[in-house]
Amino acid sequence: MSTDTEPLDLSRDGNDVGTLGDTVARYVFFACAFVTVATTLAIIVVLVDGAVDFFSQVSFVEYFTGTNWSPRAADNPSFGVLPLIWGTLLITVGSALIAIPVGTLTAIYLSEYASPRVRKVVKPTLEILAGIPTIVYGFFALSFITPVLQTFFPGTGTFNAASGAIVVGIMILPMVSSLAEDAMSSVPDSLRNAAYGLGATKFEVSTNVVLPASLSGILAAYILAISRAIGETMAVTLAAGALPQITTNPLEEIQTMTAYMVEIGTGDASVGSIGYQSLFAIGLTLFVMTFLMNVFSMWVRSRYREEYQ
Amino acid sequence: MTANGGGPRTVSTSESSRSGSEFESDRSVSDEAPLGGPDASETILESRDLDVFYGDEQALQSISMEIPEQQVTALIGPSGCGKSTFLRSINRMNDLIDVARVEGDLRFHGKNVYDEDVDPVALRRKIGMVFQKPNPFPKSIFENVAYGLRVQGKDDGDVEGKVRTALERAALLDEVEDQLDSSGLDLSGGQQQRLCIARAIAPDPEVILMDEPASALDPVATSKIEDLVEELAEEYTVVIVTHNMQQAARISDKTAVFLTGGRLVEFDNTNKIFENPENERVEDYITGKFG
Repeated sequence: MSTDTEPLDLSRDGNDVGTLGDTVARYVFFACAFVTVATTLAIIVVLVDGAVDFFSQVSFVEYFTGTNWSPRAADNPSFGVLPLIWGTLLITVGSALIAIPVGTLTAIYLSEYASPRVRKVVKPTLEILAGIPTIVYGFFALSFITPVLQTFFPGTGTFNAASGAIVVGIMILPMVSSLAEDAMSSVPDSLRNAAYGLGATKFEVSTNVVLPASLSGILAAYILAISRAIGETMAVTLAAGALPQITTNPLEEIQTMTAYMVEIGTGDASVGSIGYQSLFAIGLTLFVMTFLMNVFSMWVRSRYREEYQ
Repeated sequence: MTANGGGPRTVSTSESSRSGSEFESDRSVSDEAPLGGPDASETILESRDLDVFYGDEQALQSISMEIPEQQVTALIGPSGCGKSTFLRSINRMNDLIDVARVEGDLRFHGKNVYDEDVDPVALRRKIGMVFQKPNPFPKSIFENVAYGLRVQGKDDGDVEGKVRTALERAALLDEVEDQLDSSGLDLSGGQQQRLCIARAIAPDPEVILMDEPASALDPVATSKIEDLVEELAEEYTVVIVTHNMQQAARISDKTAVFLTGGRLVEFDNTNKIFENPENERVEDYITGKFG
């Protein structure tokens, strides 16, 4: 190393390939980011465009207050979206009733009670559950959950809301438990020690120290899971059926917004027909619902941010 | 409370100690003295041949000492000497560490806290703890102090009165009186630590363990904590770990010196330890020759 005899040289060494590489990389990265944003914008434009066509023929009032959804009735089609929203609501609320308590308790167990060895096995297993294709869940509901329901409630239809809600509940369970567990694990041990030092039991430490301290993360997990339940398609199409109606009996067949879109999208609605255009109106409605949920989730996160150091 | 091997004053890196001869003379001194030295008060905590292991590693070697009631006992020594481990074995906080294992006796009012029938939760209600870093709950100041009362079922009756009393004893009430509902995390570090002290004393334990409670604080906050510790000793037994020797000298009645390897090398009245220690290594440590 005889560098001390050479003058210090900080100029470019003429290796323009390196400089060129930097420039190219910059544009490639930008292009990728641009494609993502542009796709999202394009989807919104397409949805809004189709929905505008739809609402030029069907009034907002009829769409949002009508209780009859029969878009393909030959003489007098009716476009009240409430039965579809009701169907989606039944599935969403039903699945949340299953996934939130079970998922939260699972998260508490994994974060506070399970030994590291148990956690190492159970958590990845739960996450594998999240990777099963949703159509498989649909078949599981049809071939297992519904027959079980029928055993207990003989009047249960082949397609019914309860079966759909249960299977979606199972589907979003790993999301709730895994995200909630992440939030609980990030609560510092110093808080647990403080409570143990005051003579709190493990149960008290879990419920009145760890749970409140990780509340924002837990609520965000709930909201993301609920938003997933709203948008869930294949499982509910298979399990809950295709009969749009407002019913309070979960053992009856219903139709969700997503299931309707599958029905029309794979059926014989001709492009430009009112039935085809209704897809865009429903799609936009769904998009707004899940979008609002995500905004709500962000708000919750900042509102109840973990404040511990 | 029987006289044990090394006695309460000097003590016992056990019979197998390499520097055995040194301890012979110590032992004869302590054998003549009454338990706990001339100004002895009741012994509240007594450690007998206490060993603590983390996995295969031994963190404490045969610790025997007697901690007097309503005095401040300081545990000093270099990093890794086991003083914090000893503190945490008093209220069984070491139970929370999977690999920790304890052998020997640790007696609280004569009862070995490691007996089968002892519930660590019940034990910790009698022996409160303050940690190195202030760790208030992300709750209001009021709820922080009330937490111990609530989990211990002492929240019937005058919770507010108890909370205010605890805050007052912790010399914090004047500063937070009109913001009891705001978050404990909004306070400064020194205030947070006094809040943690208020939280520890609110349920009225008998002993308060403090694990370097001022090491994360500035000098002004530190001196407030030190004043507080001395006052607390009027009602409570305080065991405090510190690596600040001046602090130990200022606030404690008794001082236990731990040296590397998890051994208790000398335990005596604080004046004696700082002015005329028996053990040469303790003298070297006190005078800053190592540590």
